[in-house]
Amino acid sequence: MNNRINQLFAAKKENILSVYFTAGYPKLNDTGSIIYELEKSGADLVEVGIPFSDPTADGPVIQQSSHKALENGMTLNLLFEQLAGIREKVSIPLILMGYFNPVYQFGVKEFCEKCNETGIDGAILPDLPLDEYLENYQPFFEKNNLHNILLITPQTSDSRIRQVDAASTGFIYMVSSSSTTGKNQKVEDFHQDYFERVNKLNLKNPRLIGFGISDKATFNNACKYASGAIIGTAFIKSFNKKEPVTESIPKFIKSIIG
Amino acid sequence: MDYQVDEKGYYGEFGGAWIPEMMYSNIEELRKRYLEIIYSSKFQEEFTSLLKNYVGRPSPLYFAKRLSAHYGTDIYLKREDLNHTGSHKLNNTIGQILLAEKLGKTRIIAETGAGQHGVATATVCALKGIKCVVYMGALDVGRQAPNVKKMKMLGAEVVPVYSGNKTLKDATNEAMRDWINNPVDTHYIIGSVVGPHPYPDMVARFQAIISEEIKWQLDEQTGNELPTRILACVGGGSNAAGAFYHFLEDREVELIGVEAAGKGIDTNETAATLTVGSPGVLHASKTMLMQNADGQITEPYSISAGLDYPGIGPMHAHLFKTGRAKYLYATDKEVLTAALLITQKEGIIPALESAHALAALEKAEFAKDDVTVVNLSGRGDKDMETYLNYFGY
Ligand SMILES: Cc1ncc(COP(=O)(O)O)c(C=O)c1O
Repeated sequence: MNNRINQLFAAKKENILSVYFTAGYPKLNDTGSIIYELEKSGADLVEVGIPFSDPTADGPVIQQSSHKALENGMTLNLLFEQLAGIREKVSIPLILMGYFNPVYQFGVKEFCEKCNETGIDGAILPDLPLDEYLENYQPFFEKNNLHNILLITPQTSDSRIRQVDAASTGFIYMVSSSSTTGKNQKVEDFHQDYFERVNKLNLKNPRLIGFGISDKATFNNACKYASGAIIGTAFIKSFNKKEPVTESIPKFIKSIIG
Repeated sequence: MDYQVDEKGYYGEFGGAWIPEMMYSNIEELRKRYLEIIYSSKFQEEFTSLLKNYVGRPSPLYFAKRLSAHYGTDIYLKREDLNHTGSHKLNNTIGQILLAEKLGKTRIIAETGAGQHGVATATVCALKGIKCVVYMGALDVGRQAPNVKKMKMLGAEVVPVYSGNKTLKDATNEAMRDWINNPVDTHYIIGSVVGPHPYPDMVARFQAIISEEIKWQLDEQTGNELPTRILACVGGGSNAAGAFYHFLEDREVELIGVEAAGKGIDTNETAATLTVGSPGVLHASKTMLMQNADGQITEPYSISAGLDYPGIGPMHAHLFKTGRAKYLYATDKEVLTAALLITQKEGIIPALESAHALAALEKAEFAKDDVTVVNLSGRGDKDMETYLNYFGY
């Protein structure tokens, strides 16, 4: 299967850096340039957030970026328009991440088709549960070469992790601790036992660790236990009024992997 | 059994448990254990005893003579306003605190709109000596001040929520975030028949005591356990679910829910979800929602903090869809008029929420020998400031 996510994990086994941002923030039309700068600066994968009015799994920073993005006028339709030419400029894998309702209103089938047409490689829909996915939506994803990225947490049992692994095709999103996004982790609070437990299961899918990864130290620590890690809140916080994204993004990425 | 939840947590096409994986272990534990715990003899014994000796059940079914004369039909009021803490909400929190104890939880969280569910939760936490945190929209903290003070005196921590419209939806978001961050020691006492399965079914079962009592009380007073119709206000829909529950299979009984129209269903200041909404997923349930074409939830409005919510329990979405229940709406203005009428005809000051059900009396067509039961879900103490401002006393 010619999916950029699989190509990435085949080529790179460690220190994969995935970056999340909310589409439409800080400015409505920044989407394309943020992705482009992230690739240029050395990010391996980008998660483009679809803003939602009621982001119940997110902490204050992503709540605020979602709120601002919606105020700026972001919609899922507009996001697809902004991404229409993205594959002429960017070759790293791209994932759309968001809550289920906007996707549901767009039409799940139409969403998957549009992702395929646009060159999107995966989707993360945290409130689309595994059983609903398997029962109603899996064929739409498979038909469109779109990976549905599923989450596990420290509370997820071994047997459920195996179910998630069986249903996953790209990678597994390993939530670092039981929390909403943006809770700053200290390296010493890491759930090392959980990461080791997961590693012993011999899963077929690679893992990325996300939630609470905020700097070089937490990134490096996470990379000891998985193929790489995901940074969201800390990246969103790095936007500022003084610097254009062409300056702030390379600086931020360098602070993580430089 | 067409109207009961199925094993996957659905009422027809509505319901389910649309939870992020971070909530899975808690919801799965509840789903697996709630029926076994609730129907154990030990639980039932304590639940029944507390309902009788602490809540003050059965609540009276009162024949409202002067109101009946006014409308030219027989009207009975189910007096949930006379429960301890002043509303039906305590029926559910008593049930859930006993359940939380059995699950070994040591910390309780809740969301609240009008503050009635917050007070009912803080009350049972005081009763059991369990730590309690209540999330409340900052706007509601202002407009339901007496309840905020009660919660604090009961020992609860009240956390004002500043996101969105600063009302019930936003308080619910914040409570869900708390639960995600505290997955081991905490139980979330949801205050209505909303949220992921098994909450809608569980809360409906705890509130079903309302219709269980209406049946025998009506039989005692009229010789017939079935009324012509039942009226109840609907925010999330728990008092209505309780008042409808044991009549769902009695098809001849007309079930009527009343939503908050706010300033009118053709304005954008309304909370009449079934009238202006469409299917979607919010707060981990597939149900009817107020939303725009992009799937963003639109902010609701009602004078009544307890009905100021852009969703509705999946059971009601299903009763609406199948036509088993009918849903009307009442505007702020109609509600205030209805509240004054019952106050001066019967000497009962109702909660603003409950006054929505009373306002619908103006819209129902009665035959003379009809028997209409109105579920008076709560008393008006918390709303005195709104009433006084409006009526200018
Ligand atoms: C007195 C009263 N009635 C009704 C409601 C609305 O809730 P539900 O629709 O779940 O009965 C509330 C909520 O705060 C309330 O306080």
